[in-house]
Amino acid sequence: MAIDPKLAEDLKSQGVHVTSFEQLINWGRSSSLWPLQFGLACCAIEMIAATMARYDMARFGAEVFRPSPRQADLMIVAGTVTKKMAPQVVRLYNQMAEPKYVIAMGACAISGGPFKDGYNVLKGIDRFIPVDVAIPGCPPRPEALLEGLITLRELIAKEKLMGKHRARHADPDGTAAFPVPEFGEHDLIPTANREIWNPPTVVRQAEGGEA
Amino acid sequence: MSAPDRNPTDQISTDRESPDSHAGELPSQSGEAGFTALQSEAPDSPAALLARLRDALPQAAITLRSNPGPAAQHSLLVEPADLTDVCRLLRDTPDLAFDFLSNVTGVDWPDPAKADAVAVPADGEATTRTAGGFLEVIYHLYSTSRRVGPLVLRTRTADRGDHAKIPSLVAIYRSAEFQEREIFDLFGVEFTGHPDLRRILMWDEFVDHPMRKDYVAPDDYQYEPTPHDAVLQKAKRHYPAQQ
Repeated sequence: MAIDPKLAEDLKSQGVHVTSFEQLINWGRSSSLWPLQFGLACCAIEMIAATMARYDMARFGAEVFRPSPRQADLMIVAGTVTKKMAPQVVRLYNQMAEPKYVIAMGACAISGGPFKDGYNVLKGIDRFIPVDVAIPGCPPRPEALLEGLITLRELIAKEKLMGKHRARHADPDGTAAFPVPEFGEHDLIPTANREIWNPPTVVRQAEGGEA
Repeated sequence: MSAPDRNPTDQISTDRESPDSHAGELPSQSGEAGFTALQSEAPDSPAALLARLRDALPQAAITLRSNPGPAAQHSLLVEPADLTDVCRLLRDTPDLAFDFLSNVTGVDWPDPAKADAVAVPADGEATTRTAGGFLEVIYHLYSTSRRVGPLVLRTRTADRGDHAKIPSLVAIYRSAEFQEREIFDLFGVEFTGHPDLRRILMWDEFVDHPMRKDYVAPDDYQYEPTPHDAVLQKAKRHYPAQQ
């Protein structure tokens, strides 16, 4: 089915470009990501810096930050997600049109970061929405955000649109919306969406050899 | 001056000198942003203000609480019932003119003896409460026209339960509105007379008061690589060691 890569190279040198629809669509999607314009904490400052002239996110086709989730296909969760803000973040994600992607930027968005043991901080946005790329750092430098963006572009370029391993947004049975947590008397209800959040089971070593 | 139930391990309470002899040795402190700190000399020392307040409001129970630490930031302890009268007087008397409420904050004292160990009564009049705890609300007043401050006012609720009530200062200082809401949210002090007393940081359905010392956070610990101290105890509970 796929064309021989060597033949494709030979044709390319003669001015003939051979590709597949999948590659063409993925190339278009990965080259024109429109992030949702919102920030939650100090990571947002780095995100803003990444869009400005010095780091120039426009080089990678992601400079058009949209103020509406309906027009955005990339959510950069830049900063601490408090439990009070978490339902709004999930709701914004649900309102975005498919295909949509999530970058968790910084330690807080990944795990709660330095505020992990706080009573008011969500221990990672991956508890409620699927995260495609996680960028560690506190906060990550703009270069790290660009690296994350390039990683996401590579992931999109490799996406399958058909077959068993197709992407979630290409699957008619895939879901575009995830349950929004409710405010409870002591905590969010539920505290995590167990259908998408399954942390590995950690087994500590016996006493003496502290894990 | 005796304070038998002072906490001996508390650094700030180890200095037993009276505040006036103490503050006199210190170089004059310049407060933030060009404000002059309240000096031990009249007319702006808390002691002098206390005398004026007692003259003007003879029925009010106000005591001077000294801070024996290097900051020597002494404060006035006011009964909740007298708080609005005291603040109105401090704001409206022309040569006092404390026109700006900079900060309102709270302290939870489940053990009242510790509160009195930190705030040493300066004149020996104050009695140590022996039973139950209370919530303390602290106000920092400045005079922008005279450029002095802060004047520290403290007030205490009767208990930490149904009678945790303090009159609101919003009618006198508008800047108290959000800060009183924050204290209501995090400490559970009810400010009577507040025009809009809702939670401001936590969501409305939340029932706890997280800054109280007996607050227990939801136990949703997730593994982290190098736990120690209290977090290690949580790690042991949530992730039992392999035998």
